[in-house]
This record gives sequence, structure tokens and C-alpha cells, in this order.
Amino acid sequence: MKEEKHLKVSAIKNGTVIDHIPAGSLFKVVEILALNRCKSQLTLGNNLESKLLGAKAIIKVADRFFADDEMNRIALVAPQAKFNIIKDYEVMEKRMVELPDTIVGIAKCMNPMCVTNHQPIPTKFSVVSKKDVLLQCCYCDKITDQEHLIILKSG
Amino acid sequence: MQSLVSITDFSKEDILRALERAAEFEANPNQPLLDGKVVATLFFEPSTRTRLSFETAISRLGGRIIGFSDASNTSISKGETLKDTIMMVANYADLIVMRHPLEGAARYAAEISRVPIINAGDGANQHPTQTLLDLYSIQKTQGTLHGLNIAMVGDLKYGRTVHSLLQAMSLFDTRFSFIAPQELAMPQEYKQLLESRSVAYEEHTELAEHIGEADIIYMTRVQRERFLDPMEYERVKNVYVLHNKMLQNTKPNVKILHPLPRVNEISTDVDSNPKAYYFAQAGNGVFARMSVICKLLNY
Ligand SMILES: [Zn+2]
Repeated sequence: MKEEKHLKVSAIKNGTVIDHIPAGSLFKVVEILALNRCKSQLTLGNNLESKLLGAKAIIKVADRFFADDEMNRIALVAPQAKFNIIKDYEVMEKRMVELPDTIVGIAKCMNPMCVTNHQPIPTKFSVVSKKDVLLQCCYCDKITDQEHLIILKSG
Repeated sequence: MQSLVSITDFSKEDILRALERAAEFEANPNQPLLDGKVVATLFFEPSTRTRLSFETAISRLGGRIIGFSDASNTSISKGETLKDTIMMVANYADLIVMRHPLEGAARYAAEISRVPIINAGDGANQHPTQTLLDLYSIQKTQGTLHGLNIAMVGDLKYGRTVHSLLQAMSLFDTRFSFIAPQELAMPQEYKQLLESRSVAYEEHTELAEHIGEADIIYMTRVQRERFLDPMEYERVKNVYVLHNKMLQNTKPNVKILHPLPRVNEISTDVDSNPKAYYFAQAGNGVFARMSVICKLLNY
């Protein structure tokens, strides 16, 4: 019989566990939160079974805590995400994300003639609908819907 | 500091005051209010008609003009960003008039500039001084903006002038008739805006039968490149052409407006009909622009 080896990633002492990320959105969340540049212990799990989402992803990051506006930045790609704040192996707090009223950066304007797609200008949107996401560009006024939503690569 | 990027940047009161002021300038066009001021006209995309209208307005106000009429001979063609151009010019001028091929360019400029911006067209998006001159023409010919019946004809889907005019006129209990081929019908979002403001509108596909009640007939060009199906263009291209004989049973006060340039959507036999107003309409642009410039510079 083969000896089972367990990776020591299941629990973190202090940090954040982000749960209920749709499987397809894991790397977008990593981008948006700039976790690719994070120096602390980081564990990503993808295509995990989920009753809620079918297939989900999970992120565990040690010694890292997020401010509300940082957490809300991922609402575009992971509207049901939950942030578990871990202190001394215990879940101290659970936070749900909420789509903010304005979004700066993150998404691309779907209008090919928009100035933000041709000049080094950060995009800016008003969120006109949160349920079926509709973003109105603050520059060209055109609407970008969920179907055409493209997440920009972070700097 | 106020800029004019979209007609919706002006309240109803702003619009009415601007039109009053335009009438004062028409009565007395040479008022050197801008003596000692510098106005930049930045045409990142050429538009001789609009540029000359603005430069006439600035000249009649006694202002000096700097700028360019075509970006191809400037540092922009060497890759200077819009931001850098605006930041530089804002240090020289008291006001910037700009036309740019990209949508949203003027809104962005207004965000970063330390002097007011007038949008003289940002791609297919907004052209608010065109709307003000349309409103001025309507008020001047009808004596009021209230309670009018406006027929909009032709390309109501892509035509930015009809969208801005609709937004502004919906503040003045207007009744609209939209006359367009199915493919170029007024977009849903504008019809929803009218519904939210309880403004009445009708939609038709035939021109001749539906202009009898109109006080204003606003013509636009139906362009071939807007059609996915070239056969459809061939089918409708002559349906939205206004001929002099169609004006026989129209109201005596009706005026025909067109943002120009016209191609063939208004037959030349209409030109000598006193109901034709499109050339006078363009002339009103100078007074409307003088009025906007003075408003933004607080004169
Ligand atoms: Zn845009």
C-alpha cells in the first residue's frame, strides 16, 4: 500500500480564505487582488466540488487581510465569494462581497472606439445594474454587460 | 468650473439661459468680451465646418485662437498622449474646444484639464453645441420650445444629433414621431427615457403620411455602411428622401432641419421652399457657440 502524503496547506494560522469563487474566475481573482505578487504562503484550489456553484475555486493566503473596497473589487467575477478572516486557526469573521457603485480599472469597456481602449487611461464605470451586471462607461457612456465583460490585466 | 461635454451637462435652466444669450449675440454679434483671452481649438480629427463656426464665434468675441486643424502634423502623430496634449494646452489657453475621433475623449479631457472643455464632437458619441444650435433654431422659428411636434427622419439608430436633441427636447413636453427603416429605428434606451419622462412618441416607417402634424421635420442621412444587408439599403434608400411636393399638406409653420452635410435625403427642390431652414440653422451655430463660450468662462 502506498503511503498517503498530505500537503501542509489545509489550515493557515493567520490570513484569509476566499471561498465560493466560480472555477472559471480563480485566476481573474488572483489578478484583481494582485496575489501573483504576494510574497506570503498562497494556496490555490480549483475545480473543487461545490453545491452552490457546481465547481468552485478557493484561495488561502497567509498573513494577508483585505480592506472592504479590495474585497468588493472581485464582486464582478465572483459575486458570491466569501472572505473568511482567520486568526490563530479560527474563523474570526466572514465577509460577503458587494458590487460597488463605481468601478475603477478591472474591467474593459466593450466599445472598441472608447478612448480608454486607445490611450493609457484607467477605465471607470458606474454600475447601473448589480443583479445582471451592467456597467456604464464614465467616458463614452456605452454599456458593457456581463456577457462582454473582459477583466483587464493588472499593471 | 463647468465643461460642456454632453448636452446633459446643462440643466433645463442652463439651456434656456444659453438660448437667450445666443439671441443677444445674434442681435449684436460683435462683443469683445474675450479681449485678452486665448481659446484653443484642438481638432485631432479634421472638421472644417465645425472649426470655422467655433473660430468665428471666438473672433466675434475678440478672443485669440491657438490650436491645430488636423493632428497629423503635430507631436500627436508621434505618439504624444491625449493627456499630455491637454495638460500642455491647458497651461496656455483659457478654454479648450476639442474634436477627437475617440468616444469619451472630451469627458476624459474635462476630468484632467484646469480650464473648461467644449466637446466639438467625440467620434460618434456627443456633439452638444450642435444640439444647442438645433434648439436655438427650433425656438427661433417656432417662438417656443414647449409643446412642439417633432418628426425625426432617417437614421435614428446611429445619428448622435437626434439622440442629443431628443434628450434635450424631452424636457419641454414635446411629441415625437420617429420615421425610420426598421434597421435604423430609435434605440430602446431612448424610448425608455421618453417613457420615464411621460413623453409621447409614435414610430413609423413611411415618411410622406406622417409629417402633416409636425412643427419641425429633422432629417438625417441614411448611410449605406449602416446596413448589414445591402439589399435592404437599396430597398429603403429612396423612401426617406424629402421632396417639395410632400410639403404641400404640412403645417404653415413647419421648418425642415438637417445637421448637414446633406447628400440626397433632401431633394434640392426643397431648398427654395420657405419651410427649408437647414442653411439658416447652420448659421445659428456661431451664436449658440458664442453663448456657450461665454457661459463656461463666466462672462
Ligand atoms: Zn467606454
